[in-house]
This record gives sequence, structure tokens and C-alpha cells, in this order.
Amino acid sequence: MTNQIFVFLKALLGSCKDLLPIILVIAFFQFAVLQQPMPNVGDILVGLALVVLGLTFFIYGLEMGLFPIGESMAQAFAKKGSISWLLTFAFCLGFGTTVAEPSLIAVAKEAAIVAASGGIIADTLESQLSYANGLRFTVAFAVGFAIVMGVLRILRGWPIQYLILGGYVVVVLMTMIAPNWIIGIAYDSGGVTTSTITVPLVTALGVGLASAIKGRNPMIDGFGLIAFASLTPMIFVMIYGMVIS
Amino acid sequence: MDLIFEFLTTLKNTVVDVLPILSIILGFQLLVIRKPIPHIKQVGFGFIYVLIGLALFLLGLEKALFPLGKMMAAQLTAPEFIHAGEQVLTTIHWTDYKWVYVFAAAIGFSTTIAEPSLIAVAIKAEEVSGGAINANSLRIAVAIGVAVGIALGSYRIVVGHPIHYYIIAGYVVVVIQTFYCPKLIMPLAYDSGGVTTSTVTVPLVAALGLGLASTIPGRSPLIDGFGLIAFASLFPIIAVMAYAQLTEARAHRAEQKEEKRNQIKQDKQNKRNLNQKQQDSLKESIEDK
Repeated sequence: MTNQIFVFLKALLGSCKDLLPIILVIAFFQFAVLQQPMPNVGDILVGLALVVLGLTFFIYGLEMGLFPIGESMAQAFAKKGSISWLLTFAFCLGFGTTVAEPSLIAVAKEAAIVAASGGIIADTLESQLSYANGLRFTVAFAVGFAIVMGVLRILRGWPIQYLILGGYVVVVLMTMIAPNWIIGIAYDSGGVTTSTITVPLVTALGVGLASAIKGRNPMIDGFGLIAFASLTPMIFVMIYGMVIS
Repeated sequence: MDLIFEFLTTLKNTVVDVLPILSIILGFQLLVIRKPIPHIKQVGFGFIYVLIGLALFLLGLEKALFPLGKMMAAQLTAPEFIHAGEQVLTTIHWTDYKWVYVFAAAIGFSTTIAEPSLIAVAIKAEEVSGGAINANSLRIAVAIGVAVGIALGSYRIVVGHPIHYYIIAGYVVVVIQTFYCPKLIMPLAYDSGGVTTSTVTVPLVAALGLGLASTIPGRSPLIDGFGLIAFASLFPIIAVMAYAQLTEARAHRAEQKEEKRNQIKQDKQNKRNLNQKQQDSLKESIEDK
């Protein structure tokens, strides 16, 4: 028991260290640059304590739950040998975790307002909603597609750089022909898709698959799924923009 | 009491967010794999810890960091702060915003260090590479990338250049680096672009972009406010590849040094042996006489 408490305290200390840079940055700018007193010190201290505690719990649970489940499922699929089920799972994981992602919903809503004020879509609530939903499903589909591609890459052992660089070329070409107003949103949509729970799960899935399949190196073949998930939404959102206009 | 209520609300929202993932995992586990999850109890507790941890984390950010960070972003970009001494605003010079760039870099670096999904990937990378990749060094490399990216993105908003020039130039750098980067770290480098921008970084960075775009004349918050996230997910790729290249170069140099040292040692040894032989033969010749 004492041992467990010791481990927990050590993890807590680690989280404090992770948070220290933010505290220093905010303190420096508040006192030295803006030269203002810290507002609601009590609230801030409570909040910081919560953040430290939360980060500790998260990392604890990560190694107990999220990593093992991702790897054990990857191994189970590899043993089962059914590629179609594995790819279905990959698509569902990508699509399902993205379509409900809060930051994506927020970005889609904002993008709908831009589009309405720019006269791209009719300035009614209804058309805004359908535009935002269209954007959300486009991004979710793109992420599902990305995980499927990434898993196929692990299975076949394709080198990652050709796929990623090829994707870049497509993004650049699409930028030239896509309407101007979609570009900023498209570029940002690549970044907002990968949430805090999806990333560890998808990483564990990739590494688990690469270690279960003979001839694959978990370091070279296991990583890279997230890279696909942040590349394809850009392409798909630009296509969406072209279709709409 | 309020705090507990707020925590429960956040926890409920987190659970709702996680529900799709959970149902997909359970559905496939029960219907397709049809085997019990190994160490089910431990995994279950792990999930509960993750949920509690995430809820506490989000609540703490909402309470302490976000209001303060957003307020600072607003204050630093406010015209009263930028043009304190001037009465009439005539022209905007990009150097007026020097504190904004410093703040952008500093907040980008520090929030990335605390980003939970990056911590997860770094832990996994250290584990898989058998310690060849150090989790903390990787996180620092990514954080430097984000810092440079967001500072540059803020500069772009101030001067008003179109975003795609920067992003495409960044791609060109990535392509060139890909040819020289050690194969082992390349997928990890590509991944590090996507993991940086989640829970902590996005709200603060978005506040900064919005503040900048809405206070500078001629910028639209809705068009120019977007785009900082794209910078924050491109530059870590460059930074991680650069880190790998530096590490490799250093290892190479150390190897060469080691070789040289061995060479010198060998030479000395040879010389000593030669001397010994000469002395021996001298001795022999004396004895012969």
C-alpha cells in the first residue's frame, strides 16, 4: 500500500513538472509585461491543483486501460486474420471518435457562420446547420478513411513517406483549385480531429498491429496512423468546399 | 459544494464524449472478437481513471488557465497596450507586436509540454524504441516546433500574408528533411504534428488568433483567426525530424571520435611494442657480446 502511495506521489510530482512552464509563462507575462496583479488567486490555485491531479490520473489510467485495450484488440484481430473486420473496426474507430468531437463541432459551427456571412450559403439557421453537419461528417469520414489507409499500410508494410508526401502534393494541388474561403478551415480541420482519448488508443492499435505481424517493426510501421488522420481531413474538406460552391 | 457539482457536470460531458469510442470497442470485442478482454478489471479501472483524470484536468483548465490565458491574449493584442505612447494610430509595424510573438512562442511551448495526448505518444515511443527515444526530449522537440509555429503564425496575421504560402513552404522543408531523416523516427515525426493540438493548446491559441485578427485593422477574425492550429501541427514535424538528425549527427561524430581515440591508442600500443622489441633486441645483442 505504501508503495502504491509512493508511486502516486511520484506521478503527482511529474505532473507538477509538466505544468511548471505554463505557470512560469503566465506569471512572467502578468507581472513583468502587463504589470498587473493576479486576479482570483484562490480560484487559480484550486484550478491548478485540479489540473495536476487530473493529469496524474489520466497517465495512470492510460497505462492501465487505454494502451492495453488498444494492443490486445490489435493482437486479437491479427490472430483472427480477418482483414475486412479489422478495416471495418479501423473505419468505425476513426469515424466514431471524430463525429462527436467537441472541438470539431465548435469549428464547424464557426465555419458555417463564416460561410453564411460570405454569401456562400443562404443566411438561415437551417442552411447553416446543414453546412456545419456536412463539414462534420466530411471530416469524420476523412478520419475513418485515414485510419483504414494507415492500417492497410501496416499490413502491407508500405513505406510511410511516399503516402504522406503524396498527400502533401494533393493538398497543394487542391489549394490551387479550391475556393478561397474553405482553405483556412480545411487546414485547421486537420489539427482538431485528434482528441485526447483517440490518440493513445490509435497509437496502441498501430503499435500492437505492427508487433503482432511478422516482419513489421513497431517503431517504423506502428506509428503514423495519426499523421494520416491529420492529413486526409484537409483534402476532404477542400473537396467539400468545391462541391458546395 | 459548487466545485463538486461542476466536477460532476464535466465528468458527465467527458463520459458522453467517450461513449462512441467505448461502444465501438465493446461492440467489436463482444460481436467480432468474441473473447473476454484480458485483465478486464484492470482495464476497466484504467478507463475510469482516464475519465476522472480528464474531467479533473478540463475543470482545472476552465477554472485557472483558460480565463487567464484568454484575458492575457486579449490584453497583449489590445491597441492600448501595443500603441501606448501614440495618440493617433497611423501605421502598423510588425515590430509593435514583439510581446505578442514572445507570448505566442512561450504559451505554445508550455501548453504543449502539458498536452496529455503528446505525453501518451511520447511514453509509447520510449517504450517501443527500448529507450532509444527519450520521452522528455521528444516532448521538448515538439514543444519547440509548436512555439516557432505559433509565433510565425501570429506574425502572419499581423502582416496579413496568405496562409498557404507558409504552409506550402513548410511542406517543402518537410519533403527535403524526409530524405535525410533516420527511417526509425520518421513515422513518429509525422505523428507529432497531429497530437500537439488538443485539449490545452487549441483554446488558448484560438483566443490569441482571434484577439490578433479582431484588433488589427483590415483583418477578419473569421478568416484570419483560423490558421494558427495549422501552423502548430506543421512545425513539430520539422522540429522532431531536426532533433533526430541532430541526434544522429552527434552519435556519428561521437563514433568518429571514439574511432580516432582507438586509433591513437593503437598507435601508442604499437609504438610501445616496437620500443619493447628494440630494447629486447638491444639487450640480446649486449648479452651476446
